[in-house]
Amino acid sequence: MAESATNLEELKKLLPPAELRRAPVVEGNKGLGWLTDKLCVFAEGKTPLWWWILFIPAAFAATVIFPVCLFYQVFTGVGVWGNNHPVMWGLDIVNFIWWVGVAHAGTLISALLFLTKQHWRTTIGRMAEAMTVFSVMMAGLYPAIHVGRAWFDWFMFPVPNSNDLWPQFRSPLMWDVFAVNTYLVVSSLFWFMGMIPDFAVLRDRSTTRIRKGIFSFLAMGWTGSARHWHNYEKAYVVLCGLCTLLVFTVSSIVGLDFCTAQIAGWHATIFPLYFVIGAVFCGFGMVLVILIPLRKWCGLENVITKSHIDKVAKLALVSGLIIDYIYMMEFFIAWYSGDPYERWVFGHRLFGHTYMVMGWILIGINVLVTQLLWFKKVRSNLALLFIIGVLINIGMWSERFVIVVGSLYQDFLPSNWGKYMPTRWDIGLYIGTLGAFFMLYLLFVKFLPMIAISEVKGVTPQADPHHPLGGAKKEAGHE
Amino acid sequence: MSEKIYGIMAEFDSPAAILHAAEKVRDAGYRRWDTFTPFPIHGMEKVMKLGNSLVGWVSLALGAGAFMSVVGLIWFANAFDYPLIVGGKPMFSVPMTFVPSYIMLIMGSAVGALIGMLALNQLPRLHHPLLDNKRFEAASRDKFYLVIGATDPKFNVTETKKMLEVVGGKQIEIVEDKD
Repeated sequence: MAESATNLEELKKLLPPAELRRAPVVEGNKGLGWLTDKLCVFAEGKTPLWWWILFIPAAFAATVIFPVCLFYQVFTGVGVWGNNHPVMWGLDIVNFIWWVGVAHAGTLISALLFLTKQHWRTTIGRMAEAMTVFSVMMAGLYPAIHVGRAWFDWFMFPVPNSNDLWPQFRSPLMWDVFAVNTYLVVSSLFWFMGMIPDFAVLRDRSTTRIRKGIFSFLAMGWTGSARHWHNYEKAYVVLCGLCTLLVFTVSSIVGLDFCTAQIAGWHATIFPLYFVIGAVFCGFGMVLVILIPLRKWCGLENVITKSHIDKVAKLALVSGLIIDYIYMMEFFIAWYSGDPYERWVFGHRLFGHTYMVMGWILIGINVLVTQLLWFKKVRSNLALLFIIGVLINIGMWSERFVIVVGSLYQDFLPSNWGKYMPTRWDIGLYIGTLGAFFMLYLLFVKFLPMIAISEVKGVTPQADPHHPLGGAKKEAGHE
Repeated sequence: MSEKIYGIMAEFDSPAAILHAAEKVRDAGYRRWDTFTPFPIHGMEKVMKLGNSLVGWVSLALGAGAFMSVVGLIWFANAFDYPLIVGGKPMFSVPMTFVPSYIMLIMGSAVGALIGMLALNQLPRLHHPLLDNKRFEAASRDKFYLVIGATDPKFNVTETKKMLEVVGGKQIEIVEDKD
């Protein structure tokens, strides 16, 4: 003991000055056992009141409002929504893009930040992945019912059939079917594989037979053998690489759905990038909305530290600035192209009579509010960050509204113009998907390991065999 | 019910301790042994000479298979079984197949990575002798275990126990295989 203490003193002298040091991933770390207890306590403890207060309305929306709106639409037809000529893509597509967007930040945090070796991602990666999985579920629903006859959805899959029907593989809408389904499968696999070692932790800690049975089943006999870890880490890197590809693919394809159309306001080569960055920006907003309350209520302030929230806010700022640049380019190109239809559509985004409010919400939030994140004072004010997170989600939702509805309602012929107003069924379905998302999320937080336990432990100094806290001795030759 | 010996288990308190113990166990000539830790310890794969994991190859094989199958499917569906003229373009060209087949490459590789990982680890398995051991529950918490299997050619209850003591193992005990 004495020897390792002197080692620590010597090591401190070698450290860079305080302002250059990296913030520890876990604050006030008292060792691996303490950390395990801390990360498991919420899933094992008594259900707190706040959980029920949030869960009951979410579950009501998910199990009453959602199926009522869904079945009424499926049994009656798309006409129950406000969609009609010329605005055939209404809130269903707006919400589809919005939900896909929410998903993207989760994958970016868990996959791309793993590849770039950002240790702080271990603490929020699992929660971000769960956000991805649940929001892709919500996203995938919309196109499936938007087709109008949901019982013909199987036409979109290349299934041999007696009608000799095959999908038309040159269409980006067809690619979307592949992309969204792949995104759902791959992000679920990634999420599940990451949880296997943590299921083993919960299995080994379980006190009741039922818990032990469930987690033994889910952990699939995981023992933590070095051979297992060796293959597991390889699979993890491969999955991270694949998920990173998906971050850039799925929203690009959603963007292609738009830019292959001839509509003014859609027909632009910037769309794939535009949608990817918009998705990531929106998702970071959602990450802030979810993390800030949960870290407090679940007692995880030492694990999801202020410095991690600060980093998420910085990433939101970066993606927000790219979005702002794209807005500038869109307006500039519309003007520079000299195309009267492009100019008309973009002029009407801000000064049109029907939807100008949405255009100004877009500018007000995505351009102006985002700039607040430059300030360290704002980034360390959690209440303010939470509000900014909510605003970013609203801003990005209105951006999608502006793109989808704002481009469709006035096309090339004035005799072809129309208006779109969402009906109660449009709005009810959106509330239903929000409820379903939060219900699933609350269930995840309560019953599954919401922090990647083994990953967080793996990046602490106690886990480093070359660190004094990991048991390294001076004569081992690592000074 | 015959009770066989599965192996001998020793406990360690820190990643450095088990890493050094593993080096010594390897140098003593043991072959059928393994370490069990709450998280991967970096450097252990070199000490145990695990080489490169094959998961990447499984993933590549499934990904490449999925890619080629979708290229074939698109040719079959849109150019052979029901030729479809879209925008006056050729019935089949390589670029048109790229996006769906690339996406299915991602799907195939991801499934391959998970299945490859599970298959190479021989998971899921219903039972493992170590999971019966009460002390072993700490392997997912804050303790590190080194187990020398009874099938090792050099395995000898007294000598192996002594060796594990020398390398710094604590709580050395025999793990039984109840089959």
